[in-house]
Amino acid sequence: MANSSKKSILHDIGPLREKTSYGQVRGPQPGYPGPYSGPQNYGGPAQAPGPAAQKRLDPDAIPSPIQVIEDDKAKSTEPFTTGVRGQAPPLVTTTFSVRDQGNASPRFVRCTAYNMPCTADMAKQSQVPLAAVIKPLAILPPDETPPYVVDHGEPGPIRCNRCKAYMCPYMQFIEGGRRFQCGFCSCVTEVPPHYFQHLDHTGKRVDCYDRPELSLGSYEFLATVDYCKNNKLPQPPAFIFLIDVSYNAVKSGMVNIVCQELKTLLDYLPRENPEADSVVRVGFVTYNKVLHFYNVKGSLAQPQMLVVSDVSDMFVPLLDGFLVNVNESRQVIESLLDQIPDMFADTRETETVFGPVIQAGLEALKAADCAGKLFIFHTSLPIAEAPGKLKNREDKKLVGTDKEKSLFQPQGSFYNTLAKDCVAQGCCVDLFLFPNQYVDMTTLGVVPVSTGGSVYKYTYFQAATDQERFLNDLRRDVEKPMGFDAVMRVRTSTGIRATDFFGSFFMSNTTDVELAGLDCDKAITVEFKHDDKLSEDTGALMQCAVLYTSCSGQRRLRVHNMAVNCCSQLADLYRNCETDTIINYFSKFAFRGVLNHPTKTVRDTLVNQCAQILACYRKNCASPSSAGQLILPECMKLLPVYLNCVLKSDVLLPAADVSLDDRAYLRQFISSMDVTETHVFFYPQLLPLTNLDSSSLPVAIRASEERLSKGGVYILETGLHLFLWVGASVQQELLQNLFGTPSFSQIDASMTSLPVLDNPFSKRLREIISNFRAQRPRYMKLMVVKQEDHSELIFRHFLVEDKSASGGASYVDFLCHMHKEIRQLLS
Amino acid sequence: MTTYQEFIQQNEDRDGVRFSWNLWPSSRLEATRLVVPVSCLFTPLKERPDLPPVQYEPVLCSRANCKAQVDFRAKIWACNFCFQRNPFPPSYAGISEVNQPAELMPQFSTIEYIVQRGPTAPLIFLYVVDTCLEEEDLQALKESLQMSLSLLPPNALVGLITFGRMVQVHELSCEGIAKSYVFRGTKDLNSKQIQEMLGLTKPTAQGQPGRPAAPQDAASTCRFLQPVHRVDMNLTDLLGELQRDPWPVPQGKRPLRSTGVALSVAVGLLEGTFPNTGARVMLFIGGPPTQGPGMVVGDELKTPIRSWHDIQKDNARHLKKATKYYEALANRSAVNGHSIDIYACALDQTGLLEMKCLSNLTGGHIVMGDSFNTSLFKQTFQRVFSKDLNGDFRMAFGGVLEVKTSRELKVSGAIGPCVSLNAKGSCVSENEMGIGGTTQWKVCGLNPSTTLGLYFEVVNQHNAPIPQGGRGAIQFVTQYQHSNTQRRIRVTTIARNWADAQSQIQLIESSFDQEAAAVLMARLGVFRAESEEGPDVLRWLDRQLIRLCQKFGQFNKDDPTSFRLSESLSLYPQFMFHLRRSPFLQVFNNSPDESSYYRHHFVRQDLTQSLIMIQPILYSYSFYGPPEPVLLDSGSILPDKILLMDTFFQLVIYHGETIAQWRKAGYQDMAEYENFKQLLQAPLDDAQEILQTRFPMPRYVDTEHGGSQARFLLSKVNPSQTHNNLYAWGQETGAPILTDDVSLQVFMDHLKKLAVSTFF
Repeated sequence: MANSSKKSILHDIGPLREKTSYGQVRGPQPGYPGPYSGPQNYGGPAQAPGPAAQKRLDPDAIPSPIQVIEDDKAKSTEPFTTGVRGQAPPLVTTTFSVRDQGNASPRFVRCTAYNMPCTADMAKQSQVPLAAVIKPLAILPPDETPPYVVDHGEPGPIRCNRCKAYMCPYMQFIEGGRRFQCGFCSCVTEVPPHYFQHLDHTGKRVDCYDRPELSLGSYEFLATVDYCKNNKLPQPPAFIFLIDVSYNAVKSGMVNIVCQELKTLLDYLPRENPEADSVVRVGFVTYNKVLHFYNVKGSLAQPQMLVVSDVSDMFVPLLDGFLVNVNESRQVIESLLDQIPDMFADTRETETVFGPVIQAGLEALKAADCAGKLFIFHTSLPIAEAPGKLKNREDKKLVGTDKEKSLFQPQGSFYNTLAKDCVAQGCCVDLFLFPNQYVDMTTLGVVPVSTGGSVYKYTYFQAATDQERFLNDLRRDVEKPMGFDAVMRVRTSTGIRATDFFGSFFMSNTTDVELAGLDCDKAITVEFKHDDKLSEDTGALMQCAVLYTSCSGQRRLRVHNMAVNCCSQLADLYRNCETDTIINYFSKFAFRGVLNHPTKTVRDTLVNQCAQILACYRKNCASPSSAGQLILPECMKLLPVYLNCVLKSDVLLPAADVSLDDRAYLRQFISSMDVTETHVFFYPQLLPLTNLDSSSLPVAIRASEERLSKGGVYILETGLHLFLWVGASVQQELLQNLFGTPSFSQIDASMTSLPVLDNPFSKRLREIISNFRAQRPRYMKLMVVKQEDHSELIFRHFLVEDKSASGGASYVDFLCHMHKEIRQLLS
Repeated sequence: MTTYQEFIQQNEDRDGVRFSWNLWPSSRLEATRLVVPVSCLFTPLKERPDLPPVQYEPVLCSRANCKAQVDFRAKIWACNFCFQRNPFPPSYAGISEVNQPAELMPQFSTIEYIVQRGPTAPLIFLYVVDTCLEEEDLQALKESLQMSLSLLPPNALVGLITFGRMVQVHELSCEGIAKSYVFRGTKDLNSKQIQEMLGLTKPTAQGQPGRPAAPQDAASTCRFLQPVHRVDMNLTDLLGELQRDPWPVPQGKRPLRSTGVALSVAVGLLEGTFPNTGARVMLFIGGPPTQGPGMVVGDELKTPIRSWHDIQKDNARHLKKATKYYEALANRSAVNGHSIDIYACALDQTGLLEMKCLSNLTGGHIVMGDSFNTSLFKQTFQRVFSKDLNGDFRMAFGGVLEVKTSRELKVSGAIGPCVSLNAKGSCVSENEMGIGGTTQWKVCGLNPSTTLGLYFEVVNQHNAPIPQGGRGAIQFVTQYQHSNTQRRIRVTTIARNWADAQSQIQLIESSFDQEAAAVLMARLGVFRAESEEGPDVLRWLDRQLIRLCQKFGQFNKDDPTSFRLSESLSLYPQFMFHLRRSPFLQVFNNSPDESSYYRHHFVRQDLTQSLIMIQPILYSYSFYGPPEPVLLDSGSILPDKILLMDTFFQLVIYHGETIAQWRKAGYQDMAEYENFKQLLQAPLDDAQEILQTRFPMPRYVDTEHGGSQARFLLSKVNPSQTHNNLYAWGQETGAPILTDDVSLQVFMDHLKKLAVSTFF
């Protein structure tokens, strides 16, 4: 990492200092008296700042995300080595490789600050959040080795006697190797005889480089019986597929698609050894108002259906034959999956249950004494008489009022209690929703969110257009590596403490993050607070240990270690921050805040904290200059633009057409996102497709309508959405190459994939799209947007530097507003 | 002039009726002094191949509360029971002295009408099968069930419920995937919940409260009950794939068996779909209910199932609750006319004591065996489906028996497999005997041998003498669903002469039917025994016997040796002696289940079978002549005889000491001892004959002198020689029995002494 460049751009950046381009912003700002007089007006309908104001501030002159991203890409040519404490990794948008030299790879752990303030006072003064985003089971690129598995034998992993931290590179061996001193709590622990090794002249163990736990940042321990539930080695996990077969589910084609797909999908159940068959057992349930369990025992000629209508008091009607090994029961399972669509083809049942469905899966796992995952394919608000019955409480009138928060709180406590039971059993719930109307996402999502599961939502699902997206999501969800019945614990060195956690999990106490399931896409954001002083010498250490059951039924501990520097100068802090991670933290913090506070309060808090961060910098670190000048720290110069995107998101500032379910869905979804995902989600990637000759991607442009050219074709990607914007006056040749038609008007905007045409441009574009899709955890449906078509409204929503239809400020306006806030704080 | 013997026999053959008295005392006071009440054993559906059913509706007395069908005179007829004068209906316009309808002919005192009204419903058989069985047992049971399918008429509806830890109701109409509805075995559900969970109630149909859900659309009701011809293959496959209950049974535990819920679901299913239609619920169990409502014993093997000892000490904690539960079920089932059979095959008890009411109240069968893999069960089960000469099942459903009496009589009650319909009427006696307080009883399941004991009270006052030649009349009206689905009404009208007990006591005495009386008194005793302590019942019986002897015995006061009984009463004390020793009143050596089982059969069999139960028959086979019946006495047990004892429940072949030795030596295999071989074969052949016809099939025991199974014989015979009366030792006459029970001789001596005593 080119640390040398730091000094040259210290404090602030050139263009902002140029009076020529920024002069008007300084001073009393006569152009913004009304709309920005106070934060309370900020979020209101954009009272046009007036063309005059816009002219005065050149968008090109304010910090450009594209510029920062491209600069970082250019800078990061060397592999990133993790050995140096306190070094910030390349941005998430940069492609780089990692060498683990004692700290966890940024793919596993990213911090908001790599140089933490030594004292609580400093931290409070700066207001910079101290947090880490941890993605414990992240998948590494093929050229990086996954964490090694260490077996310490019968007595289990070696740990500090006092704080129970696991053996790691921060343990200091003393007394010739007979004891070690814990880097976290300084307690001295005897080295067990079987682990003894001599030290070399530098005090390092001779076998240091032979042992991953002494030389690497991330590794795994094989857990012993002591780390298992009931002191019993775990059974291999099970997958249970629970399919809604009510009228809507059948009519939309969902049932048919799921059943067809499952037949092939069963060959791709997760496994650790690609050669061997998966040991994950599977079970099948269909339901509407009642539940149908299936006996698919291999010895049967035909599957058997067992109907349980007693939904008020759920139980599993069978043990043997419900959870089966795919290979042993393949014929019966296929026969079942062939017959399910036929059996319910003529159903007229429209009511569904939901609570009992989860209970059924949970009871089945309990009966089989194993952990596992439920895949629930559900369509509608569960209004049938049963526990967990919900009523329609959609009330748009509440939006924007103080009562809005109640919409984000689940109905009743049934699902919370159920979630707790699920977590206790290691029952992770993934929910695939196919709603045609309000389904109370908030409440339905409680169990998935608390059990480390995911929610997938396909509103107005139609087989023809949504099948591809759904199937790809389903495939990935089934195949992806995951751990079951997991507990995560973050230990830190004396002086700081993990105080808050954000993500999809359940906590029954203040330290243990319980995850019924933890897959490779789930990230947990951990916030740290000072409870004492840190020292610049030792820095701050943290160790994240995740105890989980692998898909082959092995109990393991994955350990990620991270060391950061500590500073007594605020300037050092501001120099080593990572804005993308801060935004990840802010968004999760804010999205949780809407549960308990009016959204407006939440937005104000965010703006306020951001202003404080920047004001503190200005006050303490920047070289003195005119009060009217906006000076941003190099690492945080994108903070305003990104924060504006968070503030404008559907959750915090919904447009009129955004449903409550959508907001709840996003809120829950973002809570488990890692930094890469939140980055692209809040600031979408917009690529011009003019020249696709080179093997690298074209350089992105800023997400603003004025950057689009009538004659161009652009692709926009958010991790959830994928748009292809076609200008009204694109050359015929390009259209011919792309769509096979020379006429703009003949482009079929309803297509979800590009026609396969044999020309380099088409090939390359399709390749780019498929690359995008491969990178993201969710499959993105392609939407073709023709300029000035009505669908452009949706597209414009993602041009985040512009004003939004819901009243969100443009980048320029927000920056001005932020500047004003800072100045107020400083004065 | 025929003898009373012939008269009784003729009456039984024609009407299926045996009265204790065939001349009725004409006043209440005298009737009570006769000790044995005016009562009868009535077999409503006695097989009458010679009786063609008539195809028209019976003519009823027009007085609404009477409705008796009666004899005719001219164009106006008078009701024998209420004396209402009624005109004949137009269809009888052509009657004359030479052209009489069948009702008016004397030989048609019993007549059967076929009712054309109403829809005919198919027969319904609902199998309720326990799957907590040993593999071998389950296999055998499955085979028996599959066999039974072939015996059912093609249009009969069948259903299948299986249970273990869970209860599964199998849907039979589906193609491809076998569907079943599952219920938790521990949760008591009411009928409405069950029907809702089975999807039998339409939400729209709930709009009419009060009206019971009539059999609605065929599609929904028939999912669980399908015509045999349609689901034969399906069901055969289903039974073939039936597995043992898959839930693991930990060491030291009983399998969890949800019999209670399974039955509740069965009853609820039929209740919702086919109320008031003939149906059999056939329950097959291999052990006691161990969970949920109706639980008889916990699942811990270390706590054994209740014994008589526990019950007497009030130590059977599930008994009352379970009994109450099954009684409630039985009553519901009876209301809807569905009968419940119990086929219990296990080495230990299965909870028949608690569940007996299911069959007793609904006219179902109880069959008890050691294993489903025995010929006892297999053949008995097959015999349930036996057919008469017309090819119809020997079973009838939903019977309602109504009794009408002429005004001098009232009906006190009935004892048999029936429930009261609580039909109050003028002929209901206040004095209840058995199930009383009604003139109508429901007998959900009937077969040709089902026999009820009916008890009457003479209410004519002493000071209102009946004119000379007056006759009392009783009419039994039995409405039922024939197994060919026809509704039928069988009417039996009988009349007996009145006699003045003071002047005609001799005549009354000679009209005494001691066999019927013994059985009728025994039924009263058994009925009492269900609710009273054993010794109390015995005391009651003894007192009745002594009083009868005092009334009819000829003796000089305080001189026991002078005591004589006339021929018509001579056997009666002996019956009572054996009844006292029978398992119906003695629980010693029997489990509660066995007692329930024996009593169940006793109160429903006809007179002949009942007598066998009270006093088993003993035949002796020897070289000295043809087989002969011998006294049921230890004196009949001789070394050179083979004995065949029939106790109804057991068939014991006992080889005397010498015969056993010969047999062991293998003489029967030698050509020169062909006659020995024949001797051995003779009782076997006779036994076989009984085995062929008896229902339930008796336990067949082949034993010999000194064999452990000889106890079956030794416990039955009159212990005339015991270890106590040593003088008999070493003599060639019979075998001593090691018992403290009194012998018949002692019993009789005692009886005489008490009968002649002034102080009793």
